[in-house]
Amino acid sequence: MNYRSSARAAGIIVTREFKRFFRQRGRLFSSLARPLFWLFVVGPGFQRLVETNQGISYQQFLFPGVLGIVVLFGSMLASLSTVYDREFGIMRMMLIAPVSRATIVWAKIAGGSLLSVFQALVLLVVAPFLDLRLGILQLVSILLCLLITSFAVASLGMLLAARIDSLENFSTIMNFVVFPMFFLSGGLYPVKLLPSALRTAVYLNPMTYGIDLFKHVLLPPQTSSRLTADLPVVLDVAVLMVMSLAAAAVATFLFDKEAKLMKLTRTAVRETN
Amino acid sequence: MTSREESSGSGAIEAHDLVKKFGEVTAVGGVSFKVSPGEFFGFLGPNGAGKTSTIHMLCTLLKPTSGYARVNGYDVARHAIRVRGSIGLVFQETTLDKDLSVSENLFFNCYLHGMKKRDAVERVEEILKTLRLAGCHDTLVKRLSGGQRRRVDIARGVLHQSRILFLDEPTAGLDPQARADLWTFLQTLRRERGITLFLTTHYLEEAERCDRVGIMHQAKLIALGSPAELIRSVQSDIERPTLRDVFLRLTGSAIPDTR
Repeated sequence: MNYRSSARAAGIIVTREFKRFFRQRGRLFSSLARPLFWLFVVGPGFQRLVETNQGISYQQFLFPGVLGIVVLFGSMLASLSTVYDREFGIMRMMLIAPVSRATIVWAKIAGGSLLSVFQALVLLVVAPFLDLRLGILQLVSILLCLLITSFAVASLGMLLAARIDSLENFSTIMNFVVFPMFFLSGGLYPVKLLPSALRTAVYLNPMTYGIDLFKHVLLPPQTSSRLTADLPVVLDVAVLMVMSLAAAAVATFLFDKEAKLMKLTRTAVRETN
Repeated sequence: MTSREESSGSGAIEAHDLVKKFGEVTAVGGVSFKVSPGEFFGFLGPNGAGKTSTIHMLCTLLKPTSGYARVNGYDVARHAIRVRGSIGLVFQETTLDKDLSVSENLFFNCYLHGMKKRDAVERVEEILKTLRLAGCHDTLVKRLSGGQRRRVDIARGVLHQSRILFLDEPTAGLDPQARADLWTFLQTLRRERGITLFLTTHYLEEAERCDRVGIMHQAKLIALGSPAELIRSVQSDIERPTLRDVFLRLTGSAIPDTR
């Protein structure tokens, strides 16, 4: 298996993620409905409560967080679809192909990551309505930030996917992983205003660093507002990089283990009996 | 892919004392055999006899606990990717993305095998024609009948010009007509491509069609030979013995033929 055939294999795994996304009607719509709901229903409500007279409205403040939602749900769901692939046998098609396990894992991560970046880019269309003006430099920067963040989330999702056997406990994952990752991210309120116990939890969450990056790029700079980014860009990028590489490496290791393949055999036996 | 690198042209499959243990349980307890290129070889035995584990070891999905095997000349433990590039495997249950169309599934498989687009298009058209699925090109897999799905599974297994096609209980759950069609297609593939077929089954009449049959029972290969040879080996008091009698004689129990 040379480099070129591995690249073709990885390419089709990524393409399949997009194909499935567009085939399942309503998925694009629902992936955008959630952030729009936050922006235009929750946002204006809180706007009244929160006094923000320093250049950034609460609705504007919410926008980076809402992009975070798109990346979080998009990447996480795509990675968790690996569990579905395993349950319905599509993983077997990949396992029996002359492709290394690492190629499969990394291609799945890339697929989920790119898919959620695509969804986030679609959402950028509403930025002008929030009075956020984006130049070419900001568009390029936000693209990079989205890529880094989504890669981290997709890798974490892959790590989860390697550990769970079926999507039956899907709501558990939503309640104990996805929602906390959003609520404890600094997407809804500035991290600097949180009580210190919560702040510790927030700093353990990769989403925090992603959303912080989006704030750096999207929110108007140099205001004295408390709503601006909380952390230095370099720290954000470093944490995200380290976290995603570690998660992806462990996920690759887990998928390569015999145990994963044994499960495949067990399913086969169970289904015939 | 790299057929020139074969270490020896001796056999399509060589297994030497293959053992697979899952913890305390011995799924395969030391199995040795050879299959020649172009042969139609079958494993007969009840569920749980170790047939699937053996196939999965040969296809590099499981690592042997001990022993070794060569498939198309490649060691399954050391050259797993080369082995996988030279074989096809049809699993017991269908292995297709139901939300994608027939051709999308097949293209997915072509590219997983590193094929170029031009080659992939050619191969997909050709195989769909051979398996009389040309009309289903754009049909979503979830809309296919069980028999058609099975044929797409087989198409998937031979798309990349695999020299051996492994079929694990390929007719399970098919109606008689679909089963008959399947046999016709397998024969066509054999005739047109000289492909080696390796089948597992617990149906006696399927085993009788094979050139040679290995009977597996409780993780061991207890007999190996052509159906005629196996039958001859038990010929005595029974008037017209069949593989059923062979199995009964060797294991002391009837094969649970659930058909």
